Amino acid sequence: MAQQAAKNPEVPTRELKGWVIPLLRLFAFSAFVSATVVMALNKQTKAFVVATIGSNPIKATVTAKFQHTPAFVFFVVANSVASMHNLLILAIQSIGRKYDFKGNRFAVIAISDMLTVALVSGGASGAAFMGYLGRKGNSHARWNKICDKFDTFCDHGAGAMIASFIGLVLLIIVNVISIIKLQNRSTANCSVVP
Amino acid sequence: MSKAKSIPLFLLRLLALGATVCATIVMVTSHESTKVLNMTFEAKYSDSPTFKYFLVVNAVASGYSLIILFLSSKNLTWQLVLVSDLVITSLLISSLSAALGVSQVAKKGNLHAGWLPICGQVPKFCDHVAGALVSELIAAIFYFLLLLNSLHNTLDLLTLQA
Repeated sequence: MAQQAAKNPEVPTRELKGWVIPLLRLFAFSAFVSATVVMALNKQTKAFVVATIGSNPIKATVTAKFQHTPAFVFFVVANSVASMHNLLILAIQSIGRKYDFKGNRFAVIAISDMLTVALVSGGASGAAFMGYLGRKGNSHARWNKICDKFDTFCDHGAGAMIASFIGLVLLIIVNVISIIKLQNRSTANCSVVP
Repeated sequence: MSKAKSIPLFLLRLLALGATVCATIVMVTSHESTKVLNMTFEAKYSDSPTFKYFLVVNAVASGYSLIILFLSSKNLTWQLVLVSDLVITSLLISSLSAALGVSQVAKKGNLHAGWLPICGQVPKFCDHVAGALVSELIAAIFYFLLLLNSLHNTLDLLTLQA
């Protein structure tokens, strides 16, 4: 692909190498996978002393799981869908060099990338605001904060959200670069797979 | 590539602008205070940072739509419009999702965390916010269609070759 660009004098010489986009997509895939796994395994159990009878403290065991909050469930689902999507596109772009598809597969990749960006932004942001609510509480609604008691749960959730946001930014960059590269290629009228 | 703005696309952007402006205004005017026994329950949009974020994102999206409406098609580079459309659409969907998450807790509560639902005390506030969220959903759909249109304007999807 780079050799054809060098031979054809009309193509601009400042071309991206072929491995930049798949590498960024691999980073985004790993970010989404780690966000999914960390949030899905997010669980903390703690025993609280509820009352004291005589000299025996009565303990109640409370568990914080990610399934208790629908926003976190949506977070896990959205990130898993995004990681599957990235894996599929990576597989298509590595195996698909041998097959000869019609021209609209690149447009389909661009459109599905945009759909994934929308989905992940919804999931990550919903979980972020629920996490903020858990960390700070809301005094107007009389919702107490829970992060002072379940600190490991909150920290793991925060790590998963950061990974998801990093994956989102990388996915936006990949989407924009691949669209612009596709535009350059379609105006230069090459017939090479990316 | 100079593509003339046709009437349906202009209308679509106008509708998207209208939907985000509507969501902003409905959220800003949501306010209710009720008195139960001697206690006053007051609910405003500014009590929750999520609703403030919702408001800011909708205001930014409305301003963006206004700017794009009034720029002529010769000054626009469709790549820039594509990138900013993508960012604004993802921001809109993120604000919708966050507001939906908080509203779900307000309506159903979260018994595991000890959070009681508040919609029983301030039902009109809850309905008001629900109206803003519906308008936001419609705006998000319109913005996604506009994003697809920007993609078509950069790539010319109908005549794309392999």
